[in-house]
Amino acid sequence: MEHSEILHRCFRCGYCKLPSSYADLNCPSYLNFRFETYSPGGRMWLLRAWLDGEIKTSPRFAEILYSCATCANCVEQCVFPKFKDDILNAFIAGREELVATGAVPPAVRDYFKSIHLYGNPYKMPEADRGKWADGLGLEPYSRHEYLFYVGCVGSFDERGQRMARSVAGLLKNMGISFGILGAEEFCDGNDVKAMGEMGLFDHIAQKNIRKYQDLGVQKIVTLSPHAYHAFRNEYPELGGNFDVCHYSQLLAPLIKKARFKKSESPIRVTLHDPCYLGRHNKEYRAPRKILAAVPGVQLKEMDRAEKDALCCGGGGGNLFTEMLGGGPDSPARVRAREAAATGAQVLAVACPGCSRMLDDAVKAEALQDDLEVMDLAEFVNRRLAVD
Amino acid sequence: MEEIYKELVAIVGERYVSNQPEEKFIYSRDPGTMEPSEPDFAVMPASTEEVRELMLLANRKKIPVVPMGGGLVLSGLSRPLKGGIVVDMKRMNHVLEVNEKSRYAIVEAGTSQGMLQAYLKKHHPSLKHSVPDAPPIATVGGNVLIHGSGHLSHAAGFHSEMLNGIEAVLPTGEIVRVGSCSTSPYWFSRAPLPDLAGLFLGWAGTTGIATKLAIKLFPNRALNDVAIFVVEDAELAPDIIHRITGVGLAEDVTAWMAPKPDWAEGFIHVNINYSADSKDELAWKKNLLRSPLKKYMDAKTGGFMMLPPPMKKPFLEAPASQLTRFADVRKGGGFEYVGAIMPVELFPKAHQAGLDIAARCGTTYSTGARILGMGHCMMFFYAYPFNRADAADVKRAQTALEETNRAALDMGGIPWKAEAPAQKHIIKRMDKHTFELMNRIRGILDPNGIMNPGNWEAD
Ligand SMILES: Cc1cc2nc3c(=O)[nH]c(=O)nc-3n(C[C@H](O)[C@H](O)[C@H](O)COP(=O)(O)OP(=O)(O)OC[C@H]3O[C@@H](n4cnc5c(N)ncnc54)[C@H](O)[C@@H]3O)c2cc1C
Ligand code: SF4
Ligand code: SF4
Repeated sequence: MEHSEILHRCFRCGYCKLPSSYADLNCPSYLNFRFETYSPGGRMWLLRAWLDGEIKTSPRFAEILYSCATCANCVEQCVFPKFKDDILNAFIAGREELVATGAVPPAVRDYFKSIHLYGNPYKMPEADRGKWADGLGLEPYSRHEYLFYVGCVGSFDERGQRMARSVAGLLKNMGISFGILGAEEFCDGNDVKAMGEMGLFDHIAQKNIRKYQDLGVQKIVTLSPHAYHAFRNEYPELGGNFDVCHYSQLLAPLIKKARFKKSESPIRVTLHDPCYLGRHNKEYRAPRKILAAVPGVQLKEMDRAEKDALCCGGGGGNLFTEMLGGGPDSPARVRAREAAATGAQVLAVACPGCSRMLDDAVKAEALQDDLEVMDLAEFVNRRLAVD
Repeated sequence: MEEIYKELVAIVGERYVSNQPEEKFIYSRDPGTMEPSEPDFAVMPASTEEVRELMLLANRKKIPVVPMGGGLVLSGLSRPLKGGIVVDMKRMNHVLEVNEKSRYAIVEAGTSQGMLQAYLKKHHPSLKHSVPDAPPIATVGGNVLIHGSGHLSHAAGFHSEMLNGIEAVLPTGEIVRVGSCSTSPYWFSRAPLPDLAGLFLGWAGTTGIATKLAIKLFPNRALNDVAIFVVEDAELAPDIIHRITGVGLAEDVTAWMAPKPDWAEGFIHVNINYSADSKDELAWKKNLLRSPLKKYMDAKTGGFMMLPPPMKKPFLEAPASQLTRFADVRKGGGFEYVGAIMPVELFPKAHQAGLDIAARCGTTYSTGARILGMGHCMMFFYAYPFNRADAADVKRAQTALEETNRAALDMGGIPWKAEAPAQKHIIKRMDKHTFELMNRIRGILDPNGIMNPGNWEAD
């Protein structure tokens, strides 16, 4: 297994269970399950035991590996600089081994099947991919400056679609030249890779790369940090070199030009950093710049913010496999409570996955009267001046 | 076993009980060198009442119960030597009360050191507790009950001395309170009542499960600083420590000796950590702490190290993560240490023993000492790293640890949080009547011998 050489170097000291303030449990799967086995150190030791034949492949072992939300808190917090960068890679390599032996959990198998059969995890016809844009008058990509890539959640999830529409609207409003692929778009494969299906990921990535190259795409702006991560960090190895940004990065330098309503009352906003924008790609400023540009916004940071943000639990395929469940200790519900504790009226998000997870969590916590989950663009749009 | 499983589920809920191979594997071992020993179940209670029900069940069925906090003691004390139930206490992790004026905090026993530290920083920034250098997920319960020590140990001694009271569940299921909390709503001290806290301190979980503890808090001053006094001759160390602790202004006094980095080899470094509310106060303390060492500076037998701010940083960090990082010295994820409690005058002997053992066992060493109270005693540690993937290397560290335990006892020290085999060595030297008393107490508290069996037992 790739990265197996680092497994025995884990001391199981548990720094990785916490944020840098040590304030609370920050590994979403450990937070949810609480057994040592579901902590990063537990996974390291179990993987080693599994490779050494000390424990067998089992549904529980598979659950332990797949309940990791690939949030990279462990990579951020591990105190061993010489191997920490590969901790998550080792977990993904472990998943790859499980895929190879056909021992993945049923929900993961279903996810892969859906991608194979339908091209998306929602089992929706690919022809419907572009429906989110109906009525918006967006142009099909054709030598525009940017390709606006929406991804599966933005295309098929009702919450994601709302977000995609908001972002597209704002991009348009800001005068950005962009086109979309609509029904021609395809899954970016980021979660497929995080779930260890490397063959399928390569196939998806190559298909996308060919398409983008044929269309002459040079710059891509993504709705989702997951797609941003895949295009920016995974595609180049397969020959796909594009100039990629997340929509918050494209908007941040332009937003000060926007015209906002003058009469809006002050509003308290807290921001949830998405793992694939934040910890995986170290972008913490762009979303904050956008919020800072909106008149009346009082940013109320959560105790765990930026590199210490608690993951919503939706990464690594968990948005679809729901292995972290929806109980009171589920990371999304803990995060919703943490957001509410800041006194914020709006929980701003910048990822369609987080948006889905946190929206559900706010409802499960019966906080919807106090706290509205809003994507950055949705929030900005609401406060823009209407001509 | 199936029937017990069901009863455990009825107590803590299905999510928090496991008899699966994965949990059996992880809960059978800790990061140190001791051999694994499998539990039958791992269980995670959320309340004192659940702990009580677990105890009643275990006592009825005569199943071993092994309390576990962070599992970071390194000497294998939370391995279930005779199987049974490992009780992972980390769901009981709430800070229940902070009394600012009387400077104490009441916490659930599974509260991690890090969480308490962060809680105080946020809600009571003028207060702090004595943080051990263990990784921050180590629990307050696990640490206090083993007589831990930390960043305020020069000021206030062992963490067990900073304990105001305990709520514990006895092996027979009674919930007891020890200290002022037995009689008053306040958890202000163990005095003036007969002190029953000793029934739980130093017993390695063999007398009951602590569910709540009150510990002393201390002023958290705005400015922190460290000075490091360096000397080559270990014979001088006891006097140097005596002089520094005599000033009474430091919070933590620790010594360290290591062959790496190169500049450190052959020297004894004495770290003096102190804090103040203002720059003037800090400068005043600095001068006072330096003055008793003038004798050595004049004689050029010792001196203060030049410490630019970036170099100070790791010495001001609490907990000091560099201690944890020692585990990767041999690129192998492991180290264990003997911490022997002994009088300060044994420093030179203890130091020499460390060098000799490391040379004999062919292992790297790192030794040092944390001074308890005003030099009332010290915890002298001998840390040996090992490569977890290399059985011979693990064995080498194990041998060095065994030798060290024996050497510490030979010179008049007592291994702290001793591994089960080292406990047997201690028992051999212990006054016979003392050990008999221990057994009588244990027999009363735990008639069925369910609590962490295999510990504090003679051959
Ligand atoms: C890098 C490193 C540095 C360290 N530095 C220090 C230091 O500076 N100071 C220091 O004091 N220690 C230090 N330690 C030792 C140790 O990790 C700590 O003392 C730690 O706090 C132990 O707590 P724990 O929760 O991990 O206890 P565990 O290892 O889980 O348990 C310790 C013992 O207490 C028992 N126990 C645990 N919880 C309960 C309970 N609720 N009721 C009854 N019995 C219980 C267990 O059965 C076991 O016998 C260090 C360890 C490491 C790895
Ligand atoms: S992954 Fe790093 S921080 Fe986590 S337990 Fe292992 S060594 Fe410690
Ligand atoms: S990536 Fe996140 S969920 Fe996965 S083990 Fe690390 S901290 Fe836990």
